[in-house]
Amino acid sequence: MSVARAELFGEECLLRPGNTNCGGCGMSVALTMLGRALAGESYSLVIPACCGIVTAGAYPTTSYNVPVIASTFASAPAFASGVAAVNDLNCEPGEHPAHVICWAGDGGTYDIGIATLSATAERNENLIYICYDNEIYGNTGGQRSSATPAAARTTTTPGGKSERKKDIIGIMAAHRVPYAATLSVAHPEDFRDKIRRALGIDGFRFFLIHAPCPTGWKTEPAESVELVRLAVRSGVFPLYEVFGGEDYRINVEPDGTDPLEYYGRQRRFAGEGADPEALRHAAQMRMERLRNLAGRRPID
Amino acid sequence: MNMQLVTGNHAAGHSLSLAGEANRGARGAVCGIYPITPQTEIVEYVARFPFSKGRVIPVESEHSAMGVCIGAALNGARAFTASSANGLAYMAENVLVAAFYRLPIVMAAVNRTLGPPWNIWADQGDTLMFRDFAWVQFYCDSNQDVADTALLAFRLAEDPRILLPVMVCMDAFIVSHTSMEVELASQEQVDRFLPPCSVPHRLDPQHPVTVGGMAFPPETLSQRMELDEALRRVPAVLEEHRAEFREVFGREVCGAVDSYRVADADRIVIASGTIATTVRDVVDEWRARGENVGMIRIKMFQPFPGREIRSLCAGVAKIGVVDRNYAAGTGGIFCHEVRANLQGQDGPFVQGYLAGVGGGDVVPGLVDEIMADLSCRTAAGEAVWKGVEP
Ligand SMILES: Cc1ncc(C[n+]2csc(CCOP(=O)(O)OP(=O)(O)O)c2C)c(N)n1
Ligand code: SF4
Ligand SMILES: [Mg+2]
Repeated sequence: MSVARAELFGEECLLRPGNTNCGGCGMSVALTMLGRALAGESYSLVIPACCGIVTAGAYPTTSYNVPVIASTFASAPAFASGVAAVNDLNCEPGEHPAHVICWAGDGGTYDIGIATLSATAERNENLIYICYDNEIYGNTGGQRSSATPAAARTTTTPGGKSERKKDIIGIMAAHRVPYAATLSVAHPEDFRDKIRRALGIDGFRFFLIHAPCPTGWKTEPAESVELVRLAVRSGVFPLYEVFGGEDYRINVEPDGTDPLEYYGRQRRFAGEGADPEALRHAAQMRMERLRNLAGRRPID
Repeated sequence: MNMQLVTGNHAAGHSLSLAGEANRGARGAVCGIYPITPQTEIVEYVARFPFSKGRVIPVESEHSAMGVCIGAALNGARAFTASSANGLAYMAENVLVAAFYRLPIVMAAVNRTLGPPWNIWADQGDTLMFRDFAWVQFYCDSNQDVADTALLAFRLAEDPRILLPVMVCMDAFIVSHTSMEVELASQEQVDRFLPPCSVPHRLDPQHPVTVGGMAFPPETLSQRMELDEALRRVPAVLEEHRAEFREVFGREVCGAVDSYRVADADRIVIASGTIATTVRDVVDEWRARGENVGMIRIKMFQPFPGREIRSLCAGVAKIGVVDRNYAAGTGGIFCHEVRANLQGQDGPFVQGYLAGVGGGDVVPGLVDEIMADLSCRTAAGEAVWKGVEP
């Protein structure tokens, strides 16, 4: 069995088999993709309180194949700044320091950790910050976060959330970070290419991954990847990147799929507060705005 | 000898910086910094220091200042910071992590009243809030004591038998902003005194572990027991380091406790920080009048030097403890510890005095009143508030 696993996953498997994540967990898929994109690189992870640290399993075992530091909920980028500073101090001239990657949920990113995230971005620390966004506090059983989209029902918004999701990429772009991008587990090549692109850039790099969470979204585990593919196709979760906070590039053009195909499959949007026309309109307006931003850059 | 007229903050900044620089041959130094009165000058000093292998990271909060230190220490660097009062309260969650991750981080803490009300004057309530956080804590009584204890702190924290963070505390303004003659260490001396910092459990790509993930009750219990064992080793290890300090610097640095004229005393006043200096003078005045009084200064609060206190207080009838701090509902925190440690011993009663809470001056006249009150008593009562406006 162990031989078969080694052959199947290879030495570079970041998330080892045997972790306890839910079936259909988008974060698990994203970790696997991240491990592949980083094959051959030396790196460590800093993970705040979130599903991603529970993934590690219980002491003294770990599901991760790289060194991991568990941080307090708000502190991942601060811990990572310390780790990265020491890597940089100990790097031989001409050598590239080992990468430091924050792996955080939307609660740790959009809510409790946003001051620390903002400061770390502003200082342009030499690290990669990845938010796997399941649009909910998964670990504590499914409460709203400021990444929860409007109309979604959570345990703390039982009638559907009335506020809209924060634009975290916009917030990062306003910090003029060297690189910020969205990723989807339905687009593995785009995922790999953008992670590899980020490795060649110095300073603060930010990623937002749309991470389906069947437990919180009230969706079928087997449909997770299909769901986020619909989110890309319909423009609900566009794939794009921002260089230096100014230069927007759309990586995958939406194909005109109706956003309601995405929303309609999730019981979290089945509440009375969800107005189909409003959801459709909001997605279209967001895409429109993004196209305008991307149009600002000269065509090459 | 390098005698200079400097403030307590300057003394702390100097020693922290030289300790950081001394690790240039190893993984370097990292300091997360954030300002708060009255410690700001310490982090400003560190920010100006030309480290040859170090980085000072000006973060957005104390929580992150300690966060940076934790990440750096887990990556093998010598890490330190400084804070006060509400900065410490804000930092609290990560203060806990530093100890529970067994990281040899050193923090200079200038004791300031916790707000509200907003008050920048001396009160130990801020650092005593961390009584149970498994940090070693020293309360200094002079600028020289700050300069020397900060160096001793690194030696103790990084000792493989200890591996615990250490707090070096001083009274706001009375020490932090008052200039005294201090013999400042040279880089060459600090290089000799501090071996390269080694964090045995630092990140290692060849041996990937997860630091601080989930643990079940049995593993958590054994980690807590290991913490307890490390704390228990502190007093003996501290004595070894004090001897080495003497060898390198040619002077004594005070250890866990200091005592004054206690040998034949029937009454002892116990104090900490700068109040102990005042008590010492008042003891001389009372001795001149033929009164058998003495003084104990508790410098190391955590781990509490219970054994020393018990032996110094053997045969004493009355003990007064002066606290410049107030634990809501129960009185002075040093007093509690002294009582707990003398429990079961026949003899002395322990009376608490709350003096200088919120930063008021504890002048000799006030200590005089305390000694008079203690002398008249036949039993301990509720803690007595001193310095209250009539
Ligand atoms: C200071 C603090 N407050 C609250 C918590 C409890 N808590 C742990 S994880 C979590 C939610 C995490 O949500 P998110 O970051 O979105 O990650 P997910 O669980 O969805 O993976 C909360 C509220 C905590 N660990 N620390
Ligand atoms: S709650 Fe959601 S994010 Fe967390 S492990 Fe389960 S599916 Fe994954
Ligand atoms: Mg989440």
